[in-house]
Amino acid sequence: MSWRPNPKNLRVWQVGLLAALFVFWHVMTKPGLLPPFMFDNDRQAAFFFGEPLKVASRIWNWFVVEADIYRHLAVTLIETLLAFGVGSVLGLGAGLWLALSPMASAILEPYIKALNSMPRIILAPIFAVWFGLGIASKVALGVTLVFFIVFFNVYQGVKEVSPVVLANARMLGASPRQLLRHVYLPSATSWVFSSLHTSVGLAFVGAVVGEYLGSSQGVGYLILQAEGTFDINTVMAGILVLTAFALVLDAAVGRIERRLMKWQPRAGETEKL
Amino acid sequence: MSAPALALEGISCTFVDKANPGQRYTAVNEVSLVVAEGEFVSVVGPTGCGKSTLLNVAAGLLEPSSGQVRVFGAPLEGLNRRAGYMFQAESLMPWRTALGNVMAGLEFRGSADARAVAEDWLRRVGLGAFGDRYPHQLSGGMRKRTALAQTLALDPDIILMDEPFSALDVQTRQLMENEVLALWQNKRKAVLFITHDLDEAIAMSDRVIVLSAGPASHPIGEFTVDLARPRDVAEVKTSPRFVELHAAIWAVLRDEVLKGYAQQLEKAL
Repeated sequence: MSWRPNPKNLRVWQVGLLAALFVFWHVMTKPGLLPPFMFDNDRQAAFFFGEPLKVASRIWNWFVVEADIYRHLAVTLIETLLAFGVGSVLGLGAGLWLALSPMASAILEPYIKALNSMPRIILAPIFAVWFGLGIASKVALGVTLVFFIVFFNVYQGVKEVSPVVLANARMLGASPRQLLRHVYLPSATSWVFSSLHTSVGLAFVGAVVGEYLGSSQGVGYLILQAEGTFDINTVMAGILVLTAFALVLDAAVGRIERRLMKWQPRAGETEKL
Repeated sequence: MSAPALALEGISCTFVDKANPGQRYTAVNEVSLVVAEGEFVSVVGPTGCGKSTLLNVAAGLLEPSSGQVRVFGAPLEGLNRRAGYMFQAESLMPWRTALGNVMAGLEFRGSADARAVAEDWLRRVGLGAFGDRYPHQLSGGMRKRTALAQTLALDPDIILMDEPFSALDVQTRQLMENEVLALWQNKRKAVLFITHDLDEAIAMSDRVIVLSAGPASHPIGEFTVDLARPRDVAEVKTSPRFVELHAAIWAVLRDEVLKGYAQQLEKAL
């Protein structure tokens, strides 16, 4: 077997690269291993960048020894899902309404533009005041992020419903309500799902940033706590856990997407008859 | 004699350019035509002569600038509820399976046995085994057949067809034409069939109406096709009467086609 990268040993190379990164990290930060060449003494590299072995033991502690991270993960997950759910439903409703009512959309257009271009993360302190330090303020932040993604996609989706499909449904006898239910809504939801990865990702960002800015539980809270005591190893551990969590979330979304979007042609699909 | 199934009376359609209200385009001008109950009428004409506009008016999707549509004697207001419309472009809902698409109209009307009727129609157009396929998993011909089943499942009294087979290859097209003729033969509905293909028009219809080139196109000839039914579209094309009719209609149509072509060239320059 050849060692040159090829499609067959892709995974080996991917894992190898990860291992190499950790080894590099370890070698560069382990006190006493290399003579200090950037910092004044050999403890400073570990202070700024953490040590992979300690990070790993921290993660092990979280998941196995003390098993206390599950509570925080669950909180972050609930916040993400709530933000995604509420944001999607609101975005879907608003998108359908504005796309089907040209007058309302004309009136609200500058406001929507303004709200969308505003850096909405800055609302987090206000939400903390309004909704307290619990789950609600994080969900609210996530909702503001998710809402606009879904809203614009639905708006676009409704505008781009094929006029022929629409005329055909009308000729088949669809009432305005049936048009909404059987033509606009399926077309719009397909756009919602096409933005699923982005919106779930943003819901996650909203949850973590919200926690980081003020909370009493969640993975963002763990990172905030560790940072307060300059415990860089725990901060790194938190970042790694969040990254892995985001990857799992993304994979789950991909799976759901494939199930729901069965009717959409995928590139390279040749199952025609 | 009872009122005709469909009557267009002095239909004119003028479109105004939204960006430039001074720009007007009259697609069809003073068009009158009648489709009797059980009659198969084709409208032929050069490209861009407003054939589809006429059909949209007959369907009630487009309101004419002047003139009136009568459906079984009653003036048409809003959508033509007694008509089924087969579109030129893809009209199936991509998020519904073939069966779901055929069922759609029956569902909208709250029919209790929608599924059974739809399954029966899918079988009739030869797609009984493909009910669970989504449109993108079907070939162009199969999608057209699904659209045909979708339209006919509602059992409309008037069938409007807008170049339904123009996107198909010649072989598939002939099969579809024969299928449509066979289905029509059973039910004898009024059909208004739009096409740019003279062969197709003669082979299928009782009457062929020739439209002049646009703008402001209007009927310039009407021919009764007295070929015996049932017909096979491939066989009928070799009969002497077909050749005769073809020559007669083409003599009228040719000048218009050339006119239409010259206009398109002018626009392009």
